[in-house]
Amino acid sequence: MSDIRPEQQYEEFLAQGRFMLLRSRGSGRCFWFPRVAEPGTGSTDLEWVEASGKGIVYSTTVIRQKPPTPNYNLALIDLAEGARMMSRVEGVPPEDVRIGMPVRAKIVHEGERPLLVFEPA
Amino acid sequence: MNDSFPRGKTAIVGAATFGVGAAPGYANFDLAAHASIKALAQCGLKPSDVDGLFCVVMDEPLSGLNFAEYLGVRTRFNDNCRSGGSSFQIQATIAALALAAGQCDVALIAYGSNQRSSSGKLQSSSRSSPWETPYRPLRPISSYAMAAARHMHEFGTTRQHTGEVAIAARKWAQLNPEATMRDELTMQDYLAARMVADPFTVRDCCLVTDGAAAVVMTRADRARDLCAKPAYLLGGAHETTHRDIAGMPSLTTTGVAEASRRAFAQAGVTAADVDVVELYDAFTINTILFLEDMGFCAKGEGGAFVSGGRIGPGGKLPVNTNGGGLSYCHPGMYGLFTMVEAAQQLMGACGQRQIADVNVAISQGNGGELSSEAVLVLGSGATL
Repeated sequence: MSDIRPEQQYEEFLAQGRFMLLRSRGSGRCFWFPRVAEPGTGSTDLEWVEASGKGIVYSTTVIRQKPPTPNYNLALIDLAEGARMMSRVEGVPPEDVRIGMPVRAKIVHEGERPLLVFEPA
Repeated sequence: MNDSFPRGKTAIVGAATFGVGAAPGYANFDLAAHASIKALAQCGLKPSDVDGLFCVVMDEPLSGLNFAEYLGVRTRFNDNCRSGGSSFQIQATIAALALAAGQCDVALIAYGSNQRSSSGKLQSSSRSSPWETPYRPLRPISSYAMAAARHMHEFGTTRQHTGEVAIAARKWAQLNPEATMRDELTMQDYLAARMVADPFTVRDCCLVTDGAAAVVMTRADRARDLCAKPAYLLGGAHETTHRDIAGMPSLTTTGVAEASRRAFAQAGVTAADVDVVELYDAFTINTILFLEDMGFCAKGEGGAFVSGGRIGPGGKLPVNTNGGGLSYCHPGMYGLFTMVEAAQQLMGACGQRQIADVNVAISQGNGGELSSEAVLVLGSGATL
């Protein structure tokens, strides 16, 4: 029985500069979003593991803003570990983000809060 | 266990709308009450005849209790299903089971929203997701936009294809005096519209309107005395696949695939038997996804399928004959309006947009972000 506090621990790791995923010890499967039991099996024998940070853009959109407010990207990223998460891709114009594009994770700070985003790999 | 449904044992005997478009000065329950009394009056009933109540509004989690009090009824069966825009098809399925089991005798499904007059924005009663909110998604538009982007990537679907959906909806709306948007929409207008979340413009997104709808159901034996042409429930099924869009297994296949497979099997029909289809078109891509998932065409061929006027007035497959969420109305949750239109098509009450010889009609509801999908198969007396 592991002592998982999903959102709190994820945020604590992120504040330490670490992108961590929950993995089921039984199946070896990583999943997103962090939760107290593996989806499907219900296994609570979980551990936090360091994510590779590698991913592929599964889908993407550009949220259009009224000028001069800049448009921004919103994307779904398929992580190398097999889970899919919402994030955004930075470092290229939002409309240049493409489905299938290899990306890697980085942690940025928005105000006080650390946030996981991606950039082209 | 067998996936059984009381096929043909219950029917819609009244179906009405109220306050579609702009209805300033009314609260949500006022609108729902007007639609309910209208639907009950169609079949010679009044609120005191109702003993099964199915009511959901956006701003009140205990809506069924409020509405029972508002109508002045004591209910034997009361349900506040909250699965978003699919709530109503799920409620009709539950109502069919409850009526068939004798748990209630007259079921009323009601909805009302003043979202246009009160806020002018899409209302939501959902919590914000800690895993998505920091990225500032434009919910729900951005989620559906990413489904469209993925469909375009996998199958070569184009903006012309989604434009065909918007234009067909508009042409139907032009035949519906109650519809909000009735002016001409050309492909040129569609392609030139303001981009909101790529590949969606404002013309890919549902309207923000007021409106209310209500449906009355009874067992079949009584239906024939209350209504000249009852809309019989032949099948009803739903599937939930996820909540937030990142949890959707594939952005190009929805829960409609499984829900319609089951509902069609319960009803003993195939796509080829369907005369009219009323889908929850919150966004243009929905119509393409749901027609594919129901088996009207193969996966990935929806864009070509909706082209050439096939789903518009005079086309081979009439889809969203009231003008849909895109051009008729979209008061927060639109699901009940697909049921009213499907029932009215079977009752022969659709005026200029009436389809000839309707025997099988589909009403579909979509909740969340392609998350909860529900399908009803409705049939005429000839299908029993």
